Amino acid sequence: MFCVFLLGAGDQELFRSLYTTLAQQLPREPMEWRRTYGRAPKMIHLEANFVQFKEELLPKEGNKALLTFPFLHIYWTDCCDTEAYKGSVKEDMLRWQNSLRTHASPDWVIIVVESNDNKKKNKTNILPRSSIVDKIRGDFCNKQNDRCVVLSDPLKDTSRSQESWNSLLLKLRTLLLMSFTKNLGRFEDDMRTLREKRTQPGWSFCEYFMVQEELAFVFEMLQQFEDALVQYDELDALFTQYVLNFGAGDTANWLGSFCAPVRNWSGLLLRRPIDMEKRDGIQRGEASLLDLRSYLFSRQCTLLIFLQRPWEVTLRALELLHNCVQELRLLEVSVLEGALDCWVFLSCLEVLHRIEGCCDQAQLAANCSHTVGLWAYATDKLKSLGELCGLVSEKGPTSEDLNRTVDLLAGLGDERPETGEHLQSPYKKLKEALSSVEAFERHYLVSHTHSENFLQEALKSYVSEGWSLPVTHTRRQIAECQKLLGRTEDYLQTSALLAGDVNLSTEERKHFCQEVLTYAGKPGDQSHKVTLSMSVFTELTRLQFHPAKASVHSGAVLQVELTLRCLMPVSVHLQQLAASIHFEVNHGDTLRRSKGHQRQTNQGTVEFSLGSSATGGMPASALVPSLELDEVQDRSPTDNSLNSTAVVCRNTHLLMRLHDSSSSSSSPPDTPNCINAAPVAMKEGAQMLKVQDVTLEPGNNSIILTAPVIKPRTYILRQLCVTVGHVQFVLPHIYPSVQYDVYSQEPQLTVEPDIVVLFVSAEPLLAGLPQMVKFTLLTGHYAVKKGDALQLSNTETMPVFPSSSCSACILSPADGTNISLLSIQASEKVTSISLPPTPPYHTLEFQLQVLCIIPSGSQRLPNERLTNGEVRHRPRSYSHPDTPMAAIDQRMSIDCPWSIYSTLLALTFYIPFKTKHSLLSAGNRKYIQVWLRNVSDVNFTLADVKLSEKQQASLELQSLNTKTQQLLCSRHSVFCLWEVRWKDDLPLCLQCVFSANFSPLNQDVSAFKPFHYQFQLERVPIFPPAGEQHCRSGLLCGLEVCITRLTEPAEAELAEDSKTDSDGLKTTKLMYEVADSSSNWAVCGRSSGTVSMPMAANATHKVQIEVMPLFAGHLPFPKIKVLKYLPHTPSTTIQPDPDSCLENDSLSLLDKTLEDQGDTASIRSRGSIHSVGSNEHQQQRSSTMPRLEPFSPGQVFNHSQSQQVLVLPAADDHIIEVNAT
Amino acid sequence: MFGDSIRKCLAGLQGTQTWRVGIAVIAKENYPLYIRSVASQSELKFHYTVHTSLDVVEEKISAVGKSLGDQRELYLGLLYPTEDYKVYGYVTNSKVKFVIVVDSSNTSLRDNEIRSMFRKLHNSFTDVMCNPFHNPGDPIQSKAFDGIVSGMMVQTG
Repeated sequence: MFCVFLLGAGDQELFRSLYTTLAQQLPREPMEWRRTYGRAPKMIHLEANFVQFKEELLPKEGNKALLTFPFLHIYWTDCCDTEAYKGSVKEDMLRWQNSLRTHASPDWVIIVVESNDNKKKNKTNILPRSSIVDKIRGDFCNKQNDRCVVLSDPLKDTSRSQESWNSLLLKLRTLLLMSFTKNLGRFEDDMRTLREKRTQPGWSFCEYFMVQEELAFVFEMLQQFEDALVQYDELDALFTQYVLNFGAGDTANWLGSFCAPVRNWSGLLLRRPIDMEKRDGIQRGEASLLDLRSYLFSRQCTLLIFLQRPWEVTLRALELLHNCVQELRLLEVSVLEGALDCWVFLSCLEVLHRIEGCCDQAQLAANCSHTVGLWAYATDKLKSLGELCGLVSEKGPTSEDLNRTVDLLAGLGDERPETGEHLQSPYKKLKEALSSVEAFERHYLVSHTHSENFLQEALKSYVSEGWSLPVTHTRRQIAECQKLLGRTEDYLQTSALLAGDVNLSTEERKHFCQEVLTYAGKPGDQSHKVTLSMSVFTELTRLQFHPAKASVHSGAVLQVELTLRCLMPVSVHLQQLAASIHFEVNHGDTLRRSKGHQRQTNQGTVEFSLGSSATGGMPASALVPSLELDEVQDRSPTDNSLNSTAVVCRNTHLLMRLHDSSSSSSSPPDTPNCINAAPVAMKEGAQMLKVQDVTLEPGNNSIILTAPVIKPRTYILRQLCVTVGHVQFVLPHIYPSVQYDVYSQEPQLTVEPDIVVLFVSAEPLLAGLPQMVKFTLLTGHYAVKKGDALQLSNTETMPVFPSSSCSACILSPADGTNISLLSIQASEKVTSISLPPTPPYHTLEFQLQVLCIIPSGSQRLPNERLTNGEVRHRPRSYSHPDTPMAAIDQRMSIDCPWSIYSTLLALTFYIPFKTKHSLLSAGNRKYIQVWLRNVSDVNFTLADVKLSEKQQASLELQSLNTKTQQLLCSRHSVFCLWEVRWKDDLPLCLQCVFSANFSPLNQDVSAFKPFHYQFQLERVPIFPPAGEQHCRSGLLCGLEVCITRLTEPAEAELAEDSKTDSDGLKTTKLMYEVADSSSNWAVCGRSSGTVSMPMAANATHKVQIEVMPLFAGHLPFPKIKVLKYLPHTPSTTIQPDPDSCLENDSLSLLDKTLEDQGDTASIRSRGSIHSVGSNEHQQQRSSTMPRLEPFSPGQVFNHSQSQQVLVLPAADDHIIEVNAT
Repeated sequence: MFGDSIRKCLAGLQGTQTWRVGIAVIAKENYPLYIRSVASQSELKFHYTVHTSLDVVEEKISAVGKSLGDQRELYLGLLYPTEDYKVYGYVTNSKVKFVIVVDSSNTSLRDNEIRSMFRKLHNSFTDVMCNPFHNPGDPIQSKAFDGIVSGMMVQTG
């Protein structure tokens, strides 16, 4: 509101009425306010306050007041009479102007009110065209014509009047603004000058404050709150700077008044627009720092609320409060302890009330983030006040506390009148709160229960984000809460956690540990136990099995070594430590083992990943569990071949869950850190591994448990439970899972060569010599009782030599060895071995001497002709790939006491010798040579070499061997020779037995064992042409092709092949062809033809073909091809070819004439005459078209395959050939 | 707590300050990567302060993120003042937060100084992250980083 001083001459009533119109009309239209210093122009509404002119109201020299400054002086006149003007008005005006000039108020305006009434009244005096206005302008408005304004007929509602009003208003506004701008500029300049003087001594902030505030007031009046606020902010900053400078050692004198001790802490007062009381204090220089700050803030607050920025108020308030506290410290102002708390508390509430007063609930709720700081601050302060005044202590306030309270209350002063009627004023609240403990608690504490919940929430967030120190602190608070609330279990859990918290000092940890132990040790009902999570107490770091394979037979000893890291600061005595086990029955008694299990039992050790408490700063949410990968192999159940293999992640559920939670607001995983771990319960009744009375020292402890191993199954360790008095600590789930196997084993009997006796470990058992074999009996679950015996069924081929001094060796798993005697009774059929009593799962070993009789030589005939038809008794000899020796599997049948079935065992013996025989001829003499080769690694002595005929002695065999004893070294051979002499004809078949005694080298005669070799010599005739003993090259020989049907024709064939020849026999046709591809033979005459074979088994057809050998020497027989001949018409009767023979079988080369001269006949050992039944032949049925069809492989057996015939050179007559094969 | 501060008031600047400056690096998931304050006796309070400031950081990020998109000012300014100290925040583009807590009585540190401290910190942090042997997300144990922080603490404290 501008002060406009008026001076009027004329109708005062009229003027007065005009002022009111003016005052109303003036602010109607906004004016553009152009400002200095480049500030943005603004549209403002000017308001004016019209004041009667008085000389003394004019501003004096040095007056800084802007509010009361007369910006425009108006002189009103309604004079329309020139005379009057000249007579008095002009003079009056001059005087006015002079007084203005003396006070340097150059802004004025003269308003001339014209009215028709006046004109009419003074009609005579009116000067046409020379109005009084012109005169005035001429007299006063020196070049400033606009300073004289005419207002025509102001009271009439004419357009002319309106027009003149408008122009007057415009003029006034313009002039007023001009004056204002000018004066404001001057004021600002002055103010700046004053501010620049602040370094001079004697400068006073308070004075300056008043000046600048004046400016702020002006702006406020102009509704320029922003500008007004700027003034206060500048003051604020200036003051702050001074305080900071003070802190830096630059002291201003005027600050002294602000350093006075604080006597009043009544808080902010924001309800008055201007707190004149404080303002006066500032003006007088008596304000304290808090007063100044309070006043400044109340003004800022008012302006901000005008500006609709209530939230800024809250922010600034918080800043102010913090700042004030700091500044008081900085200025070293002495304050009564607690006074600032009062001040801050009251101020916070005052601000909040003020804000609440200008906002509705919805706004408040939406902007709670702005107010929460104040609320928190107030709460903090109230809390510290409560502590200070002894209101929260258990015993209540002491007298000292009460005195302090009284002092504090005194400093609050009296309640302000503005808030007096409010029931909830901050003042009242504080007073009430400080007055009694109950009230304080009502005001401060909601309740412990709530606070515990809040703390738990906070804890959750700290834990999930890995803030260990806050976690510890919050836990401690929670512990307090829980103790107060009597929540024993939770308290114990928290105490245990805290006892293991490394962030706490040892004393604190011991305290909490003692809390737990004290509870645990309380006498009382033992049945009720508090169950806590083990993770707070101790950590299972390692688990180790002894023996490491974690797989034992039932009844054995299995120990489990646990490594527990005790987190307690002191050693704790445990009544019991138990691990509960869960079991699954094995499938059968086999040791089924998964791949994962093997990983676990690699060294029998399982390492457990440590809980997050051990990882220090890392939060639970950041802990990524490592991948647990297992190899999985899928094997075929039948042959154990690998079907597929894969890698499986065993803990995907954990990993995936973690992934999810990281996207949401990371819910804390169930870590030991989290107090709200799932309630743990120990499963009762399960089997347990137990150990009693253990003391856990802080740090790693090793505890050995003995696992129960009674029933064969897989045991899984599930839970771990530690009992300390009333308290149980339970690890609800051991992960990764730990298991051990208990198996049950059937008794097992094995027989193997006794390594000790033989020279080389790889030495096989030799047939024909007494050999030591080792019987090993794994007793398994069977306990061998006294009198239990093994019954060996005796066999002829392998007699057992019971020795009297036979001892057995009993090996226990714990490496102990016992020797006990063994008694062996042999009867005709059975050898009975009485076993010494042996506990289960022991090993019983004993040796027995056995002899494998070498099968006599008939089996060793080169053609492998078997003389012994009984398969059951025949130990099969076969050639072994590893040794040159022929091997014999000797079966043993043993009746064991634990089984109703006989145990069949096989021993492999090796025949140390290889024999061959040959018939040698020298002229007409015949010799039989037996070649004996020692294929074993042992050196033998050979004695009593004999050759005899098996049946009647038709021949005389004269030995040409001189030595009776002979050394036969390893891998050496011996040849023995006998001359054959005969009287009669040579028998067609000569069956001989070669026998010799042998023993390993350097053993006495008694050790000699016989060796027999049966063989058979046969005379096989080869027929040379007539007159000749042998085929000769270049001469024709006869070749007899003999075709034999070996199989019965199939039924279908019989039915279909309806051809019958003249004999009434059914026949099929075959085609044969002599096809000698190697050009050894020349076929003379027809080389091929067809034969009709009768459809009966063993039907034989013989064909004679003439061939001529082309070379001398051993020639293979010519090849004969046999094909099926299918005639083109089934009805055609085919004349049976007299030559035709059927089916292949034997082709033997025959001479045309048989020469039976024994001396020249070549005798050869014959192979088997028939390889019986080795080939099947099916007669192919005829088809309608004549064609040849080959037999499928295997249908034709060529009897003379790879046989050779000796052909003599053409000219040589005198050499006698000896053929020995 | 307050009585303590009064005593300090009376004792003036000769009294030992709890801590003058503390620096914390907080991971995106709000767990501390690096946290260090000058005096250790009120480390707990420092931790609390930093943790509390994270809410303000979050609020500021979300408010800024809406209006400016990726053209974000990393420096968040004064997060919140308290009676005893001021908390300043800075957020990298990967949402790693730097928090500097300065004693309120330390008047020499203005916005610009704090800004340059953050820039230095950020540079050093980038170096740490460039270390191929550093596993992002692990607590920072770099000596170089430690040195930078120590330097700042000496300078400001």
